[in-house]
Amino acid sequence: MKNRWHRSWLLLCTTIAFISLLSGCSSAVASLTQPTKTATGASEKVIKVGILHSLSGTMANSEIPVEQAELLAIKQINAKGGVLGKQVVPVIEDGASDNATFAEKADQLLNQYHVATVFGCWTSASRKAVLPIFEHNNGLLWYPVQYEGMESSPNIMYMGAAPNQQIVPAVNYMTQHFGKKVFLVGSDYVFPRTANAIIDQQAKQLHMTVVGEKYVPMGSTDFSTIVTQIKKTNPDYIVNTLNGGSNDAFFKQLHEAGITANTTPTISASVAEQEVKGIGNTYMAGQYTSWNYYQSQNNPQNEAFIKAFRAANGANSVTDDPIEAGYNAVHLWAKAVEKAGTTKVAAVRQAAKGLSYAAPEGKVTIDGDNQHLYKTVRIGKVASNGVINTVWQSPQPVKPDPYLKGYTWAGMLNQGQ
Amino acid sequence: MSTVIMQLFNGISVGSILLLAAVGLTITFGLMGIINMAHGEFIMIGAYTTYVVQLIFQKYFPGGFSAYVLVALVLSFLITALLGYILEKIIIRYLYDRPEDSLLVTWGLSLILQQLARNIFGAPDVSVTSPKFLQGNVAIGANIDLPINRLAILAIAILALGSVAYLLFRTKFGRNINATMQNRQMAAALGINTKRIDSLTFALGTGLAGLAGCTVTWIGSIGPSIGQDYIINAFITVVVGGAGTLLGTIFGSTFMGVGNTTLEYLTNPSIGQALVLILVIIILQFKPKGVFSLSSRKIDD
Repeated sequence: MKNRWHRSWLLLCTTIAFISLLSGCSSAVASLTQPTKTATGASEKVIKVGILHSLSGTMANSEIPVEQAELLAIKQINAKGGVLGKQVVPVIEDGASDNATFAEKADQLLNQYHVATVFGCWTSASRKAVLPIFEHNNGLLWYPVQYEGMESSPNIMYMGAAPNQQIVPAVNYMTQHFGKKVFLVGSDYVFPRTANAIIDQQAKQLHMTVVGEKYVPMGSTDFSTIVTQIKKTNPDYIVNTLNGGSNDAFFKQLHEAGITANTTPTISASVAEQEVKGIGNTYMAGQYTSWNYYQSQNNPQNEAFIKAFRAANGANSVTDDPIEAGYNAVHLWAKAVEKAGTTKVAAVRQAAKGLSYAAPEGKVTIDGDNQHLYKTVRIGKVASNGVINTVWQSPQPVKPDPYLKGYTWAGMLNQGQ
Repeated sequence: MSTVIMQLFNGISVGSILLLAAVGLTITFGLMGIINMAHGEFIMIGAYTTYVVQLIFQKYFPGGFSAYVLVALVLSFLITALLGYILEKIIIRYLYDRPEDSLLVTWGLSLILQQLARNIFGAPDVSVTSPKFLQGNVAIGANIDLPINRLAILAIAILALGSVAYLLFRTKFGRNINATMQNRQMAAALGINTKRIDSLTFALGTGLAGLAGCTVTWIGSIGPSIGQDYIINAFITVVVGGAGTLLGTIFGSTFMGVGNTTLEYLTNPSIGQALVLILVIIILQFKPKGVFSLSSRKIDD
């Protein structure tokens, strides 16, 4: 009897605790989705846009700052009177680091909320998952991350680097400065595999030797075997396309095995300021990265961007390439809508052709041929205080070439097109 | 030759981390029959405890910074053990003899704990600075460099295992645990407070997970979902070795560690992991209860 009483008492307590927890959560959720509520019933007075990122799960680390940058840009636009005289209202959905969820939420945004456009995704896998939905419903997705190329959907605006704006110049730079023996390490999914397939072809052209090409499952943290292999093959440099938490383990274990930037430098495609902060400066000092934007860039647009981002997200927050790309995406969309005079996808796409924007990274222009951006390529080197400084940059913005059609050696790769 | 030695060391090192992660599990899963899916989250809590201790030392005792390791080792064990004790009292004890329910409830618990960590510490990974004496490596001959932090983890794993073995087989508390797990009614009839034993045993299991969490901060960064990286392999280690036996856990972790690194070296990491799992399936075909299965006198066996 006593036991039963005890149990129901416990049940009551847990229930109360749970309800209070839930109500706390729901008020938080409400504050996020509040704009949606004001939108209902007065939808012709506002423009709804979708924001679709992983706010939970393994990709949340990377995607939440991008979401924050997109919300910041929307706030800035609204403060200046909105778009076409209407306020822009974000509808936020959580892709939860799960591709099926991304697809489901994309469908909801387009068919239930009828948003004008969507800013979102990070991994190529999530982009591939929502792509058919955007094509089928004639939606428009602004994708903020560098990627492997070999794609050009009329329903996606690609704000990150195509391979010729990141991977190819990275290999050129490193081969010129360090030598022709390269070791490739990546996470086992579409971006690293395609990026390394490109490097394999490029290596033949430049008479380089690929002494190792290894993939680890997403989230893997043991690199002892790969470190042994790197030691044994003694490459001139390493190309790192690992994603997420694996990077931290990789650099720590390289360091403890005595492989540093001085002995064998690494160039990374998915390590930006945000990741450097997590890995630690000790392990990253002297290593190379390849992006289009660094926080260290000196220009008025970047200063204003960093100041606004820090005001919104804390003085310690850092900006990096995908964060900046998400910010640019919103501003470019707003400019395209103003130019088109409507939010209709076909008209916006048409208006976006050749549209330029003075971004924090410098001038970017939407390429009418493939909806990618003309971007300046920048090779960066991590300083001992964690700042990434530009050590080389392309003389002018480079035309995006997602299928690497401008490279004869890449013929093998873009055959399908 | 140096490569072989290096790879063997790598295998043992990976195994030692698994051993630390799995030894707590072998107690909660093997002895108590609780499928604790939140075991990985206790590793995460141990890791964040280390992170917080490190921050405190950085701020208030920068002179004695290196000493934070000892404090972190002790605290990560104590805090996770305390949390485990509380959880056993309010949730786990209703789940004995209900393995399926324990799986679902603890899985839910693991999601809650991950989200809590995300709310408290933020979504981005954080990283712990190893003290000077754990950095660098010991060179033994050409091309054989043994990283000091991995040697330290190996030592901690052996120490933890030794202590658990001593506790279980050489102390009154250990005898009481064994008695309770083998025959609850009989133990209770002999005057053992079995409820208290349950709580303390579960706390011991989670405390060991916390200890594992402290050591993994030296090899990688810490994120809210770090436990997910270890939980599956830890379960496989326990199952393949034989649930509830320390000898089995030693075998399981060495097998998983050396197997993984060897097959990974010969093929590549993804295929290597798949091959190890195939080996596990084959072993379980012949030894369904694990290699060192316990022949117990439990009534329900």
